[in-house]
Formats: sequence, structure tokens, C-alpha cells
Amino acid sequence: MNKYRVELMVGVFVLLTIGAVLLLALKVANQTITNQGDTYTLFAKFDNIGGLKARSAVKVGGVIIGRVDSIRLDQEDFTPVVELSILQEYNAFPETSSVSILTSGLLGEQYVGFQPGFAIDGVENLKDGDYLQDTKSALVLEDLIGQFLFNRGKGE
Amino acid sequence: MNAIHAIGAKTISRFAAAGRAALMLFGALIAMPRIKNVPLTIKQVYVVGVQSLLIILVSGLFIGMVMALQGYTILVDYGAEASLGPMVALSLLRELGPVVTALLFAGRAGSALTAEIGLMKATEQLSSLEMMAVDPLRRVVAPRFWAGLISMPMLALLFSAIGILGGHLVGVDWLGVDSGSYWSIMQSTVDFDKDVVNGIIKSLVFATVVTWIAIFKGYDCIPTSEGISKATTETVVFSSLAVLGLDFVLTALMFGIE
Repeated sequence: MNKYRVELMVGVFVLLTIGAVLLLALKVANQTITNQGDTYTLFAKFDNIGGLKARSAVKVGGVIIGRVDSIRLDQEDFTPVVELSILQEYNAFPETSSVSILTSGLLGEQYVGFQPGFAIDGVENLKDGDYLQDTKSALVLEDLIGQFLFNRGKGE
Repeated sequence: MNAIHAIGAKTISRFAAAGRAALMLFGALIAMPRIKNVPLTIKQVYVVGVQSLLIILVSGLFIGMVMALQGYTILVDYGAEASLGPMVALSLLRELGPVVTALLFAGRAGSALTAEIGLMKATEQLSSLEMMAVDPLRRVVAPRFWAGLISMPMLALLFSAIGILGGHLVGVDWLGVDSGSYWSIMQSTVDFDKDVVNGIIKSLVFATVVTWIAIFKGYDCIPTSEGISKATTETVVFSSLAVLGLDFVLTALMFGIE
């Protein structure tokens, strides 16, 4: 086995591995640079965020416009505050827009559904750092069942 | 009395072997900085790494395909077949990639290392090296050890990558899972630092253990044909057991405690 061929094959091996790492990083784990692209931040207070996690998607009609950046608890009124980072190219949502926490499918992931409001005169667009006023909490199955049982009990 | 004597003798010989193994590993590790050894190491990367590529890639492809097929039949009952992507990717990256690669590596490359070094010892090549004032630890053991340590994580990454592509082949192209959801749910579930990097760390640990056992068994074998055959068997058995046992410990440390 001559030396040149050995080194050539090891080189091919190394290149293959670099290809695999790139595939795993970019395609599988989605370490894309575009994620750190130009974004602006909006805040939303919910009563209950259910199973929402950091990096969950923010969608308008199914189109991803941003991601959940972080979730923390407001120390004054003890409600969860969700920080949304929205891509800069979608920067013309009116202030009357609302957000709700939705689930994709029956067992799917939770995501933030964003409903753009009406743009009437005198309504400004959302800016970096704004709080969304109109929010709907996650649907918690246990609460629903509890309510259902409670209502049945009253009926009888 | 004889039984107690046997227990004592066995214990002492086991500890002595562990000590010799540690000394050999130490010698091999110390031998790293030699520039002279780099071509030797590249040659060994070819022998243990490149020549294992075919079996690793073929097994990875088929394991990914089988997992997609089996996972699909269960997930489709719950209408959750879109979660096929993360299922295949996570099981490959976290468990199957490092573990199956290590097991195959032990069988394909570890046994060869043991037999090679064992035969060198039996034919007194190691002693002749010492006669020529060449340290066999530097010349023979160290390049093979480093080559194993370099090759196995690379093989494990290739295994996972081709397994995920195999899962795509069966899940998307054959069974009709949506290609977009296969990738996008995978992307939102798989975390690079937590899953990919931990898989690489696992693989590095397995590489150390398997190569260490393989080289030591060869280096320490009884220099007869029977001794070499026994050492080769022990390499495969011990390193497989060590990999499976260590995998549980590593998984518990990495993913068990939130």
C-alpha cells in the first residue's frame, strides 16, 4: 500500500466526517446563522403558558415569523412573560395584534400563534420592546376536564 | 486453603494486569507529541478508520431504515408519524450511533489490533524493536491508540448522519411522511450541544476503552497461537461489555438528571 494512497483515503475520510458534522449541525440541529439574523423583540404576558418552551416557533397562519427567546416570571404580578424575537422583515404588525398559545395537532408541540390586528388610522405598528396587550393562554387539558365535571355536577 | 490461595492469586494477577494496562496507556499517552509518529498514526487511521467505513456506513443506513419502518407502524396509530424525524435522529445521535459504532469497531478493528500486536509479540518483533533501542510503546502502541481515538468519533458521526438519511429514505420516500415535518420537527427537537456533542463525548469514551482493551490484550497476551486466539476473543467480549455498561452510566449522567 503506497503512502500517497493511504493519505488520500484518510483525507477522504476526514472530508466525509466534516460533511456529516455539517449535515448534523445545519440540517438536523438547525444551527443556522439566519436564526441570529436581524430580529426585534416583543413581549407578551400570559396567565398560563402550558408546555411552551424557549425556541418554540411564532407563527402567523402557519408561517414561522420568529421564535420564543426566553420565558420568565414577572416578579410583581406573578404571570409568565414570554419574550418573542421576530424577524426584522416582518415589522409591520399593528398594535391591535393578538397572540395565543396553540398546539400543533393533538400531541404536537406548542407554539405561539400570532394574529395580526386591523390597521386602522391612528393605530401604530408594533415596535421593538412593545408588550402585546391581547393574549390568550394555553389550553390546559386538566382545567378543561375540571370545568366539565364541575358543570355536570351543577346540572344534576 | 487451596480455594483461598486461588482467590488471592487471581486477585493479585487481575490487579497486576490493571496496573500493566495503566502503565501502557500512560506510555502511549506520553508518546503523543512526537512529530515523527504522525505518519505512523495516519497509516493506522487508514487501517482502523477508513477500512471500517464500509461496515459502519452500511449498518448505519440499515439501522436508520429499520427504525423508521418500526417507528412508523406505531406512530401512525396516534397520527404522530411526523415525529418520526426526531425519533430516528435522537436515538441515533444519543445511543445507537456511539454504541453500535463502538461494538462494530471492537469486532472489526479491535480484534485486528489484538491479533496484530499479539503476533508481533509471539514472533518476537516487539523484543527486536527493543533490541534496536526503539520503544515499542512509541512505535507500535501509541499510533494505534491515537488512531482509534481519532477514528471512532468520526465513524460514529458518519453512522448517525447516514442513519438519519436512511430514515428519510424509508419514512419520507417510501411511507409518505411529509419531508418538511420530518426535518423541521427534528430541528426543533435536536439540540446541537445537548445531543450531538454528548454523542461525540460518549464516542470518545468508548474509543478510549475499546482501543485500550484491544491494544493491551495484544500487548499482554501469552505469545503462543492459543494465547493470541484467547486474547482476540477477550478483546471482543470485554470491550463489548465495557461499552454497554459504560453507556448506561454515561446516559444516566448526561440525560438522566435534568
